[in-house]
This record gives sequence, structure tokens and C-alpha cells, in this order.
Amino acid sequence: MSQALIAVALVWAAASGTAVVLTRDPLRQAFTAGFFGLALAFLYLSLQSGDVALSQIVVGAIALPLIVLLSLAKVGKDQE
Amino acid sequence: MSVLAYGVVAWLFLIGIYGVVTSRNLIHLVVCLSVAQSATDILLLEIGYRDGGHAPVFVSLPAHPGPAVDAVMQALALTDVVVGAAVTALLLALVVQVHKRAGTLDPDKLRSTRD
Amino acid sequence: MSRRARLILFAVAAVGLAATLGVGLAGLPSFGGQITAYARMLNEAAPRQRHVTDVVSAISFDYRGIDTLFEEFILLAAVTGISVLLRPLSDETRQLPEDKAPARTIPPPSPAVWLLAVFLGSLLALTGLETVTHGQLTPGGGFQGGVVLASAFYVVYLGTNYTTVERYQPNALLEASDGVGASGYVLIGLLGLLAGTAFLSNVVGLGDTGNLISGGTIPLLNLVVGLEVAGGFAILASEFLDQTAVIRTRRR
Repeated sequence: MSQALIAVALVWAAASGTAVVLTRDPLRQAFTAGFFGLALAFLYLSLQSGDVALSQIVVGAIALPLIVLLSLAKVGKDQE
Repeated sequence: MSVLAYGVVAWLFLIGIYGVVTSRNLIHLVVCLSVAQSATDILLLEIGYRDGGHAPVFVSLPAHPGPAVDAVMQALALTDVVVGAAVTALLLALVVQVHKRAGTLDPDKLRSTRD
Repeated sequence: MSRRARLILFAVAAVGLAATLGVGLAGLPSFGGQITAYARMLNEAAPRQRHVTDVVSAISFDYRGIDTLFEEFILLAAVTGISVLLRPLSDETRQLPEDKAPARTIPPPSPAVWLLAVFLGSLLALTGLETVTHGQLTPGGGFQGGVVLASAFYVVYLGTNYTTVERYQPNALLEASDGVGASGYVLIGLLGLLAGTAFLSNVVGLGDTGNLISGGTIPLLNLVVGLEVAGGFAILASEFLDQTAVIRTRRR
């Protein structure tokens, strides 16, 4: 059972990682990156690592998309 | 199972590097770099995993708990995740300043010296 | 070199890298097999020796405490680098956001969003404090709890406006918290030297396993790391926010 869970988590992480790279527009990539962070947190949790999954959830879903969106806002404003 | 587990690590790393090389936007490049970095975290945790193992927290365990997974690898990976995010933010600060000076986010159009 | 040449070079190098990675990963022990002897020994010895139930925290802050010190300094250096990079340059000035149509005022955020921000912010702050202080008992600790505390600051920005953020998150306080956290780790490590043993030894009383105050210096180190990570991530976001909202090129 846990083997099947880990296999599903691995495939999900690989698929969303590919999606992050293939999304060329940075604004859309911020959302795909948040989804990839969630997939990674699920993978870490199924590998029995609670501490790492906690860090990954907060960093991948909150800190990283916020920083990317603020950078995009600054860059977009400069281009006006 | 080993092939799938280690194959996903190699795949994520290579596709992250592919994204960095073929990127046309510096912000997209930085996010692809963070994808490649997460591949190393996954490898650390996979090395420390054990079939039928439980998390290395020894409270409220059932009567016959199995073995625990590797706690040293988790300690390495957890600081890596947080510090990796801070370094990604540093790279994005660099990108913001590059855009101010060069006016473009395309790596191919950046010139090495100012006119 | 041209883009095409660069891509061809990458394709050749990627094949070589993939082959090397394949050979290297094939030599690893099979997934899910036996873990290393060091890890097995720590899993067995740590709850008995340090009176903690979360072995990962014991490894981060006690057995391999010096590595965590260096990681913390990497975080401090990254936040300092961001502060230096995003400072107002010589041709820029700090100005509060102004409305392009001066006859009308900027509409304030709706009260429902404000209330939700207050509620979520306090919930996140409480969860962050709980995660930081319970690091030696359950999965948690300074790093995770610090980032959760920092996200309480982010929620304040997302639900309110910039002037509220500036009033309630003074930059001096955040920078002081960052500095106190980083230096506090070194000072607690010096306690070991003062007691006659090595740097970063666990010299405070160990307490009972399962209680909140247990593990000696481990909860103290959790607190200072939580302070540092929370201060660092909050400064990081406020620097980017200043760039977006406040810093603009000086009009001639």
C-alpha cells in the first residue's frame, strides 16, 4: 500500500515538475510552481518525513509564489 | 521501484537544467533552477527511506512499531528547503535589478558591457 | 556563441550527464533497503541520551548543531544580499503610492477582507509559535515555525494596504530579530565553552522526555532559529514590497 502511494507521489511530482518548466509565461508559472510545491510536500509525507513536508508546504505554497509575483509586479510596472 | 524512484530524480534534474538553458525570461529561469534543486532533496530522502518504516518520532507509537526511517537525511533536507528558498529570492532580486539597468528580461539580449 | 550552437552543445553535454547520472544512481543500494548504521544508532540512542522524542530536531540542533549554524548564516547572508541589492539606488526615490486620478481617493480594502486577514494572521502566528516551541516533541522546530510566523506577516499585507504594513512591521524590529537570532545561536554555543566542554554541547539540564521543557539547549536553539528565520523571511518580503510599492525613479 505504501509502495503504491510512493509511486503515485513520484509520478505526480515528475509530471508537475515538467509542467513548471514547460510553462514559459512567468505569471502562469507561479501557479504551476505552487502546484509543484504541493506535489513535493505529498511525496515527502509519503516518504515519512514530516519535518521536511512542513517546510516545503510553507515555502512552496506561500513564500515562493509571493516572491515571484512581487518581482513580476515590479518588472511589469517598470515597463510602463 | 528503484528505477522509478531514482529515475524521477534524474528526470527532474535534467528537465530543470533544460529549462535553464532554453529559457527566454530570467524569472522563468530562476524557477526552473529551483525545480532542479528540489531533485536533490528528493534523492536525500529516498536514500534514507526504509520499507515499512515510520517517521523518527518516538511518541504515541503502537505496540509493535517497525523500524524508523533515517533521521539524518531529514535533518539535511529540511534546512536545504528553507535556505534554497532564500537563495531563490536573492536570485530574483538580481533579476529585478538587471531589468532596471538593461530594460529587458531576455537572456539572449543582455549585453556584457554597457554602451 | 549563437543560440543554436549553445543548444547543440547542451544536447551533447546532457547525454553525457544523463549517462553519468544513470551509472551513478544504479550503484546506489535499492530503494527501501537498510539505512546506514549511523542513523540506526541515532534512532536508538537519541531519545535516551537527550530526552527528546523528535530525533530530527536532536540531530539538527545537538548532534550536528554546527551544520545548522552554517545553514543559518547562509540564510543571514542571503537576506543581507537582498537588502543590499534592493536598496534605493542613486537615481531613485521613496514615495508612497499615489493615485493617478488625484480628485478621487483610493478605495480602502473591504472590511470582510480586513477581518479575514486579522483572523488568519493571528491563527498563523499562533500555529507558528506552537511549531517553534514543540520542535523537540513532534515534527516542527525553528526553521518550519519561523517560516509559518513570516507568513503571518505576508497575510497582513495581502488583506490590508501598504500603510498598515509599514506601521505594524517596523523594519528596525525585524532586522533586530534577525540579528538576535543569528547571534543568539553563537552565544548559546559559547555556553558550552564556558562550562568547560566543547562549543555547542548540551550543558543545560535535560528535563523529562515528553515534557515541553526537555532536551537541554534544544528548545533554546529552536527559539533563536525561529526568531532568525521569521525575521529573515519577513525582511525579504518587505524589501520586494518596497520595490513594488514605494521605490520609483526620480522624476527630473
